[in-house]
Amino acid sequence: MTPSAYPTTWRRPPQIIRDRRWRLAVRLGIVVYLALAISTVEVNWARVYEGLDRGWNFVLGFLRPDFSSRWNDIAQGLTESLTMTLTSTVVGVAISVPIGIGAARNLAPRPVYYLCRGIIAVSRALQEVIVAIFLVAMFGFGPFAGFLTLSFATIGFLSKLLAEDIEDIDAGQVEAIRSTGASWAQVINYAVQPQVMPRLTGLSLYRLDINFRESAVIGIVGAGGIGATLNTAIDRYEYDSAGAILLIIIAIVMVAEYGSSHLRKYLQ
Amino acid sequence: MTEITHHSQVWSHRTPRTRLFMWVGWLALVALFVWCWQVMTRDTIWFFVADAPRQAADIASRMVPPRWSYLGELWRPLWDTINIATLGTIGGVVMAVPVAFLAARNTTPSARFLRPLALFVIVASRSINSLIWALLLVAIIGPGLLAGIVAIALRSIGFVGKLLYEAIEETDQSQIEAIEATGASPAQVLNYGIVPQIMPAFWGITVFRWDINIRESTILGLVGAGGIGLKLQASLNVLAWSQVTVILLLILATVVVSEWVSARMRHAII
Repeated sequence: MTPSAYPTTWRRPPQIIRDRRWRLAVRLGIVVYLALAISTVEVNWARVYEGLDRGWNFVLGFLRPDFSSRWNDIAQGLTESLTMTLTSTVVGVAISVPIGIGAARNLAPRPVYYLCRGIIAVSRALQEVIVAIFLVAMFGFGPFAGFLTLSFATIGFLSKLLAEDIEDIDAGQVEAIRSTGASWAQVINYAVQPQVMPRLTGLSLYRLDINFRESAVIGIVGAGGIGATLNTAIDRYEYDSAGAILLIIIAIVMVAEYGSSHLRKYLQ
Repeated sequence: MTEITHHSQVWSHRTPRTRLFMWVGWLALVALFVWCWQVMTRDTIWFFVADAPRQAADIASRMVPPRWSYLGELWRPLWDTINIATLGTIGGVVMAVPVAFLAARNTTPSARFLRPLALFVIVASRSINSLIWALLLVAIIGPGLLAGIVAIALRSIGFVGKLLYEAIEETDQSQIEAIEATGASPAQVLNYGIVPQIMPAFWGITVFRWDINIRESTILGLVGAGGIGLKLQASLNVLAWSQVTVILLLILATVVVSEWVSARMRHAII
């Protein structure tokens, strides 16, 4: 017996789909899908080629941002975005706390639970931009519609996470407070609130961060804020101003992210 | 035996000093809120706001009954939307993998130069929404599916890159050491030591991002980047609210199905 009959290389056995025929079928399916998908993407290569020039201009605009010539528009958009972010987070949190308590299975009676879960599902299923379209149609252009959109979106996000957090609390503490003869409100205040408060603060800060990012988007459909300014700048092909706005957005998001993560570490 | 009488009989959670600080903090927050509210609503036309319930009733009355016959025109844009999300996810993942390996502290070739660069790519991609990417790309390479695919791909880099580099940093060092001890080259260490450890996370992140991308690609058409959003924009422009209802219901159904698929797949993988 020669030693060379023994295999000298080792191949990792397949992990997820063990049957060879299934693996083949999945691979074939992926190839067929990709072929179909790519064949239906119609690309006007001449237009793309033409656009490369503009793309280059945009990269230049990004490298040499022009903050000054549209500064008034940018400042107004930023003010709208920032104020909208803060007010919508405060109002959204204020509304989500009762809904979050109502959506916690261990605190709320069944009908209230289903009602609150329904509100959360509706708020989460609808995208910010689509909500913004409707609210702009109802309330007119401007940051007020944006404020309502972001508050609505905050409710779905925060109440869901708050409700899950309340469901995860230590039941022993609730029982201890209840055994002293505390009312429902006192149980919430002394047993539930101290347990979920650090996380609620953290989530609110996180949502503040998300709301600022979203405020840059909903401006595109007319809900005010920096997005509207950005949309105008791109429509006018002023890539240097657009680059400046994008840099400002990235800078604020970075500051908000680092700030909120430090604050959350400090609070928890 | 002496009785302690100088203590308050009512228990309180915090010292007076902390309570004062907290009170001042809350007051500052309220003041900031009021100030922001005033700045924000400076240009608000309250007549429109007061008019909103009537407008809402008006829109609602136009939205029902939905015009179901419009559904026939929507299958092709829906297919396009799914393609934008899927091809965009593939593109994004392909670009995110090298970025993630450059950004992870234990695999980056140079912590001084390449790592900050990779982290900046991740942050820049994450802080700009796909709708804004699409807006830019439509202006640059023209309206159409390609702009949507590239927008989704660029947006996915940050998300996938961030989660993947965190997964790479959390890999078990002893397994990597074991592979190194066999005399493996760096490429072999990557292939046999690191990749198997992050594979479940990788597939989980990819499927999760695909699910989010389906959601986001439904609205990319609003700025001209193809898909079902184009139909939504067209219907909104001509105030055909009964068609808008059909589109929104279809979007909702797609999102629910994609969420279900992604939950099932993640469950199977992890």
